[in-house]
Amino acid sequence: MKPLTHIHSRTAVLPFENIDTDRIIPARFLTTTERTGLGKSLFNDWRYRADGSEDPEFTLNKPEARGCEILIAGRNFGCGSSREHAPWALTDYGIRAVFSSEIADIFRGNALKNGLLAVVLAEADHKYLLDHPGIELEVDIAAQTIALPDGRKIEFPLEPFAKHCLLAGVDQLGFLLQHEAQIAAFERAMAA
Amino acid sequence: MSKHAQMAKTLLDKIWDAHQVAAETAATPAILYIDLHLVHEVTSPQAFAELRSRGLKVRRTDRIVATMDHSTPTLPPDASGKRPYLDKATEAQVAALEANTKEFGVHLYGWDSSNRGIVHVMGPELGATQPGMTIVCGDSHTSTHGAFGALAFGIGTTEVGHVLATQCLLQRKPKSLAITVDGKLARGVTAKDLILHIIGKIGMNGGTGHVIEYRGSAIEALTMEERMTVCNMSIEAGAKAGLIAADAATFEFLQGRERVPKGAEWDAAVARWSKFKSDPGATFDREVVIDAADVKPSVTYGTNPGMVIALNAPVPGAKDALEQRALDYMKLEAGHQLAGTKVDLVFVGSCTNGRLSDLRATASVLRGRKVADGVRMLVVPGSEQVKRDAEKEGLHEVFRAAGAEWREPGCSMCLGMNGDIGKPGQLVVSTSNRNFEGRQGPGVRTVLASPLVAAASALAGVVADPAQYISEAA
Repeated sequence: MKPLTHIHSRTAVLPFENIDTDRIIPARFLTTTERTGLGKSLFNDWRYRADGSEDPEFTLNKPEARGCEILIAGRNFGCGSSREHAPWALTDYGIRAVFSSEIADIFRGNALKNGLLAVVLAEADHKYLLDHPGIELEVDIAAQTIALPDGRKIEFPLEPFAKHCLLAGVDQLGFLLQHEAQIAAFERAMAA
Repeated sequence: MSKHAQMAKTLLDKIWDAHQVAAETAATPAILYIDLHLVHEVTSPQAFAELRSRGLKVRRTDRIVATMDHSTPTLPPDASGKRPYLDKATEAQVAALEANTKEFGVHLYGWDSSNRGIVHVMGPELGATQPGMTIVCGDSHTSTHGAFGALAFGIGTTEVGHVLATQCLLQRKPKSLAITVDGKLARGVTAKDLILHIIGKIGMNGGTGHVIEYRGSAIEALTMEERMTVCNMSIEAGAKAGLIAADAATFEFLQGRERVPKGAEWDAAVARWSKFKSDPGATFDREVVIDAADVKPSVTYGTNPGMVIALNAPVPGAKDALEQRALDYMKLEAGHQLAGTKVDLVFVGSCTNGRLSDLRATASVLRGRKVADGVRMLVVPGSEQVKRDAEKEGLHEVFRAAGAEWREPGCSMCLGMNGDIGKPGQLVVSTSNRNFEGRQGPGVRTVLASPLVAAASALAGVVADPAQYISEAA
């Protein structure tokens, strides 16, 4: 995983609440045995019309949203299933941050393990971003701030260990593997 | 706060404390030991690949129950033994699980197993699910196992890899939410109605960040299968997990099952399991109280599991553009009855309602009657065991005589990965757990309901109250 320290991008806004993981990537695309290549199916049933062509009305298909790396989503983003295919589809598409006022637990955990900054903002800050689609943001992960075009800075919470992993570009498995002796001791005590 | 209250622990506290390899600090989450890991074909291939690329082994093959359930066809193999997979990808995914489990030395409850089924139906059947355990699976409905007083939650594929390699997860402790249901459920009101009612009350994000402990006299009165239905849908309220403390009903269910201790070890296990309950005076981060008498046969009318109404209530007006969008998708109008709406498909099955008692309830309504013209009904047992038990009682004959299809075990139409889906615009009354847009096929409209309501709707050809059929049966 590459270190993620800063994100500089315009925003794309999907204001709907409760965007579930079936919406992010429908179950029929989960038959892959790979982590990559899911970006083309991201928001499939919103993005494409029945004939397979792109729906020009869908936010991400609009010219101004092309190349956006920051998604501002309505409350309770990522609810539903535990499919990690949801963050894989987002990152494969090119999204590097999702901001909402509430993010479902499993999705948030999965995202942060895949270099996707999924964080919850204060209601007022979230509303401002929902109301101002397409603005340029400068996200500083070390400082946990989002700089707005008018110079204001929004702060966001980030679990310290997830932050460390994002900044260093390391995954958590390495950390767990370092605790082999403790895990073995726990198992011995449990069996006793 | 009294000293006693400070000492009092919740069930969540007790399970958490018993599984900490390392406690959490400001900088790092807790290292939590996992007792049981359920593995299936959809969320595991990338995890096995990760282990392979790092040269790692599966640490505890004895703590895994692996099977295929999501991508599997629910029609039997043809005369040559070929299974009717939807496509090459679903077949390849199952083949990958077979190859991965073989390579890593993990036992697979495969096609030849008499136990194969939906992994959340199998775990309890085998007695692999036990009180006080930590249980995970790359599947959000792992919460089902909380019915046994186990802390059971869904994880992503990266974490599946963590558990395969280390039998541990890095976790911050969730908050606790007590949902107390006192009183008695009315006749014809099922566990499914109860959990739909609860989600309707607290909302589809009402449990986010929390583990729910269900308690109270109405919960204690539920059978184990009913408790599984309730805990199964905890995730539909956004909760990390659902818990019900183990009691005599739990022990009775488990005794004699394959993976459960026997003889003197059984007594010791029951003594150990009995300690896994919230202490009197334990405090929860939040508490919600539900009166069982308020629960009516319930259904969803929108496109998320929080949009719930009593079966005979009118569809509420949309509170915002999102709800209006849901009503438009469902082709429903505020103020109109959902009951009486034309039904195209009925699905009975899934980890929510695919167990023997669900099939018995379905059969009790269908017996001696016919599914309405123009309605297709699928009955999909949750496991091979459920299928055998149902056939022993002749339930499959009741379903077939009524004109329903009796299928092979699997997740089937709950998420339609195997091709069991509806057509655009069709309305499905489904005993499963999610009514998201497109969940059961692009453009398909889902109404979540109990097996009783599903069966009654199949007979009537419209969303229907089972009361008339139940009273006749009594």
